[in-house]
Amino acid sequence: MTNAPQDAAEGTWRVAVDRDVCIGSGMCASLDPAHFQLVDHKSSPVNELTDPSDDAVDAAENCPVEAILITDAATGETIAPSD
Amino acid sequence: MSVAEPRTFPFNPVDRLDIDPLYAELRATEPMTRIRMPYGGVGWLATRYEDVRAINADPRLSRSATRDRDDVPRMTRDENYRPSIINTDPPDHTRLRRLVAKAFTARRMEALRPRVQELVATAIDGMIAQGPPADLVAHLALPLPIGVICELLGVPYEDRDRFRAWSDAVLSTTALSPEEIQRAYHELGGYLAGLVARRREEPTDDLLGTLVVARDEGDRLSEEELVVFGITLLVAGHETTANQLGNFVYTLLTHPGQLDVLYRKPDLVPQAVEELLRFIPLGMGAGFPRIATEDVEIGGVTVRAGEAVFVSSISANRDSAVFDDPDRLDITRTDNAHLAFGHGVHHCLGAQLARLELAEALSAILARLPGLRLAAPEDELPWKIGLRVRGLRGLPVAWDTTGTGVGR
Repeated sequence: MTNAPQDAAEGTWRVAVDRDVCIGSGMCASLDPAHFQLVDHKSSPVNELTDPSDDAVDAAENCPVEAILITDAATGETIAPSD
Repeated sequence: MSVAEPRTFPFNPVDRLDIDPLYAELRATEPMTRIRMPYGGVGWLATRYEDVRAINADPRLSRSATRDRDDVPRMTRDENYRPSIINTDPPDHTRLRRLVAKAFTARRMEALRPRVQELVATAIDGMIAQGPPADLVAHLALPLPIGVICELLGVPYEDRDRFRAWSDAVLSTTALSPEEIQRAYHELGGYLAGLVARRREEPTDDLLGTLVVARDEGDRLSEEELVVFGITLLVAGHETTANQLGNFVYTLLTHPGQLDVLYRKPDLVPQAVEELLRFIPLGMGAGFPRIATEDVEIGGVTVRAGEAVFVSSISANRDSAVFDDPDRLDITRTDNAHLAFGHGVHHCLGAQLARLELAEALSAILARLPGLRLAAPEDELPWKIGLRVRGLRGLPVAWDTTGTGVGR
């Protein structure tokens, strides 16, 4: 896991998985293995911070329990999932 | 048997909810085995947990590619090759799934819980009013999923008897001719199209209403996709849950020690649901085929481009590499990462709905039907015989009517 820079660059996203909510469906890791991996049968972000990625949004939108949260690292604004 | 000689699938006939011991043997000695399917020839079958999971997650093993072939290895002669969410790969699959996923989020399912509780309560009221013995399948296992689907689709109360009759015909739960089934299918499709049209004019916040307005970058589901989805929901959400609910109760009744624990500790219901999902072999077959789009190394073999691969989730769920003492039902089991709902992009869309229905039904049975027991000899219970899912046609049960306490 990379360390979060002190000031995230503009346009950087923060990827978080709530492992208490995750049911290990494997949806995200199958859709977007660049950003999500299964660790002990549950999802974990490959890196906490990432450049914007449509695949990561797809993964968050398709999570059956909405365990993934993608935010703008600078502003904290939610990128996905949408309501 | 040499690897070159495929085994005939299905393997040995199995009774009730038994599992063919051959699966344990294959996991130990031949985890990727060649099988000759009833139709379409030979494919690979994976029986180990890790391989099953890897296959489900591997984009080189394509569901779409099964539509491009004339003769895919398969269980039944006529399998549906029309494009649908279950036989489409990303990125098309992602678009479809994303549109419908919004209607099945954990939040939406939680909002549905009170209505599921009401449906369960009504069913159990009926059992109590009749008194023991009563058929748990007729009173609860069959009507609950169909009631929930009516709720999701927003079928008005006054239409529910008609809807139920079409559903029964489409699901072939009654003895009808192919023509009658076809007619019911058309009528049901027409009825669903009417529900969709009404929601285009007057938006609703039921599932169908959500799907009607669901958009993805300007994309939306067509009328036909919505109708097909309604029917898919019915087939996928009814037969599975109805059978599995009967199987759950049967399994608990034949493991009375586990049932006792659950009566004493109803907080264990969510864990018990997961364990029963792991333990009970709902399916009969090898699931849906995938076609390798290139040579792929899995479980020590090379699956060549163009070959078909099947997975046995039933076998994976009994793999001792992942589950301690896998053939033992243990409702206190934790870290139960079973594959009953599949894995990867095709992970069951209705998994959270199934969990909700199964948990609420079990909880109500524990709370209101103390001392539950079979009201017929076990070997006389009527099991369905078919290739799709296993389940009981009836489950006569009795319970204690004296006393007021919860438990036994």
